[in-house]
Amino acid sequence: MTAPADNKPLLDVRGLTIEIETRRGPAIIVDGINLTVGKGETVGVVGESGCGKSLTMLSLVRLLPNKIKVKGGTAEFAGRDLLKMSKSELRQVRGGKIGFVFQDPMTSLNPVMRIGDQLCEPLIYHRNMSKADARKRAIELLRLVGIPGPEQRITAYPHELSGGMRQRVMIAMGLACDPELLIADEPTTALDVTIQAQIVDLVKDLRKKLNMSVVWITHDLALIAGLVDRVAVLYAGTVVEDAPVGELFARPTHPYTRGLLASIPKLSDEQASRLSSIGGTPPEPGRRPKGCPFAPRCALAESVCHESVPVLESVAGTSGHRVACFVAQRQMKEAA
Amino acid sequence: MAAEPLIKVENLVKHFVVRLGAFGERGATVHAVDDVNFDIFAGETLSLVGESGCGKSTTGFTLLNLQKATSGKVIFQGENIVSLDEKRMRPYRRELQIVFQDPYSTLNPRMTIGEVVGEPILFHKLATKAELPEKVTRLLADVGLPARFASRYPHELSGGQRQRVAIARALACQPKFIVCDEAISALDVSVQAQIINLLLDLQEKYGLTYLFIAHDLAVVRHISDRVGVMYLGRLAELATREQLFSNPLHPYTRALLSAVPEADPELEKTRQRQILVGDVPSPLAPPAGCRFHTRCPIAMDKCRAVVPEWREVVPGHHVACHAVEVGAAG
Ligand SMILES: Nc1ncnc2c1ncn2[C@@H]1O[C@H](COP(=O)(O)OP(=O)(O)OP(=O)(O)O)[C@@H](O)[C@H]1O
Ligand SMILES: Nc1ncnc2c1ncn2[C@@H]1O[C@H](COP(=O)(O)OP(=O)(O)O)[C@@H](O)[C@H]1O
Ligand code: SF4
Ligand code: SF4
Ligand SMILES: [Mg+2]
Ligand SMILES: [Mg+2]
Repeated sequence: MTAPADNKPLLDVRGLTIEIETRRGPAIIVDGINLTVGKGETVGVVGESGCGKSLTMLSLVRLLPNKIKVKGGTAEFAGRDLLKMSKSELRQVRGGKIGFVFQDPMTSLNPVMRIGDQLCEPLIYHRNMSKADARKRAIELLRLVGIPGPEQRITAYPHELSGGMRQRVMIAMGLACDPELLIADEPTTALDVTIQAQIVDLVKDLRKKLNMSVVWITHDLALIAGLVDRVAVLYAGTVVEDAPVGELFARPTHPYTRGLLASIPKLSDEQASRLSSIGGTPPEPGRRPKGCPFAPRCALAESVCHESVPVLESVAGTSGHRVACFVAQRQMKEAA
Repeated sequence: MAAEPLIKVENLVKHFVVRLGAFGERGATVHAVDDVNFDIFAGETLSLVGESGCGKSTTGFTLLNLQKATSGKVIFQGENIVSLDEKRMRPYRRELQIVFQDPYSTLNPRMTIGEVVGEPILFHKLATKAELPEKVTRLLADVGLPARFASRYPHELSGGQRQRVAIARALACQPKFIVCDEAISALDVSVQAQIINLLLDLQEKYGLTYLFIAHDLAVVRHISDRVGVMYLGRLAELATREQLFSNPLHPYTRALLSAVPEADPELEKTRQRQILVGDVPSPLAPPAGCRFHTRCPIAMDKCRAVVPEWREVVPGHHVACHAVEVGAAG
């Protein structure tokens, strides 16, 4: 892995805030997210359904649905703010330097267009390739993602492929222009574990070959354990903990992260023993509590937690492990 | 486990006839479930696992006679229930319940939670109208919901709360047996653990028997007494939880277990995975012989021609594979 000379992250998101228009007025759904991705680094973004993972990533390439708007923050990609780029600059980046794999292949593949043509489009647009060259490259990409008989498959329509194959076509599209950054939103969630293992293997392999940075969005903590370098844990639109993957699993510090890890059944569990679980459910958008977003479900909550919002601070004695929790931060100071 | 099984499934087959082509000009048969045999013992949790479309749900529906079996038997209380019409099925309906993955689509949106839970009680005449509110309150308490939820509507509830309501509705009939068809699959991790705990508590309290259909092997490992692995409509292997997870015999079970990620970065670094190649074939044209032979790393000539027999190779451990010897200790 070649470290960049200036050590600046490839992607640097700061204070990203996203608001949604509801019947009761505007509501914040992503609240000041900070996230960095280094060159060649793979970052896992985990969190439960509705915590804002997809919207965060969609906002970076300015594909937010109607009524959802970025309210603040910056998102520098290779030194330029994606949130301030002109439409034409953005088109250069999207599908070019930043590749995307969306959550649902059926909604992001064009159902009436042959997959070969869908693969060729960005190559002709971003790479100025001739039609013949683009076709050759499309076949190569399909082979790369493990689709058998790519010369024939290139004329298939999306509905003629299995779910696993469609997902691989999506990944081929995300990779088409050798992106510097691949953003993959739950790329394997809809797939069976044996197919998931094939795809995870493929991305690991490609990332090494292309020295590509990857953001992998998922709700599956077990999946990212063997896949990413660093993890950002999201809860209700904020990053509550951010750490190298080994650190996070060995020393989870935020009460929510601890709760999540404890609620996953493990090999060593006694059969049919009760799982430890987190009571309650995440807040709905527009009903975020005033202080720490986790306070209504947190067993450690104190009065300060209901009053003010904790910010990410480094965990003492670690490099790159940060947590946003008053109690954890105080305990660390007391121990020091 | 010498006891007489609560439910005996014998040579169960379910085929669906579908029309293909732009004008439905071609008929074809989906081999959803083919010649499946297993017993379910009272008080146990038997899980069925396998990839999407392998026939888990169809096994569950057919077993409850919610879909007509193509052939085969399901023996419950001495009766082959899959041969019964709806009228003669009615006394058994109360005792055999099902909970689905997405309770939102199965809970009537115009009924209050109280009505949803109370309906089967009135239908099976398990209480009078006057006794109903108290019964409903008790059922809601059983699934950890406060009594005030009785006046709410399904859309006002979270996914986990709706799943609690679906479980309360199934419990309302005082069943012996519940099929949980991906009942926790759509839930978030933190809520999933709450519902798993609830299912375990209720099993203990009421002596329930579960057929637990799921694709998450970590969850299955956690809650099951025995586990059956399906592939393309057939059972590949069935064993106790310990046997299956520590000594998987069928090549598909081995591949499936090796594909499951573990929440442990250290372990994942050194772990040897066995990655299968290819996709699951279509159930419209399942491969001849062993249905797994197109993806099996150790397939032999025989596998392409002869269907492997379903055998008990060590006590309690059933498998269908030509490469597994009787008495296989692994
Ligand atoms: N009503 C039906 N008509 C035609 N084919 C059907 C019908 N119901 C199920 N099938 C087919 O039967 C096979 C088994 O379906 P089933 O729903 O039982 O699988 P499953 O293991 O539960 O899958 P999943 O995990 O995706 O729910 C599939 O190929 C499915 O497409
Ligand atoms: N098109 C939309 N209209 C209204 N609300 C939306 C829309 N998309 C997402 N949301 C809401 O925004 C929040 C975050 O959504 P999302 O980023 O999709 O979460 P995730 O991908 O983590 O499941 C959720 O509360 C969700 O319901
Ligand atoms: S800040 Fe308080 S409420 Fe929030 S996670 Fe920490 S202890 Fe719990
Ligand atoms: S019967 Fe043959 S093809 Fe089937 S699982 Fe056994 S070895 Fe593999
Ligand atoms: Mg999403
Ligand atoms: Mg199913």
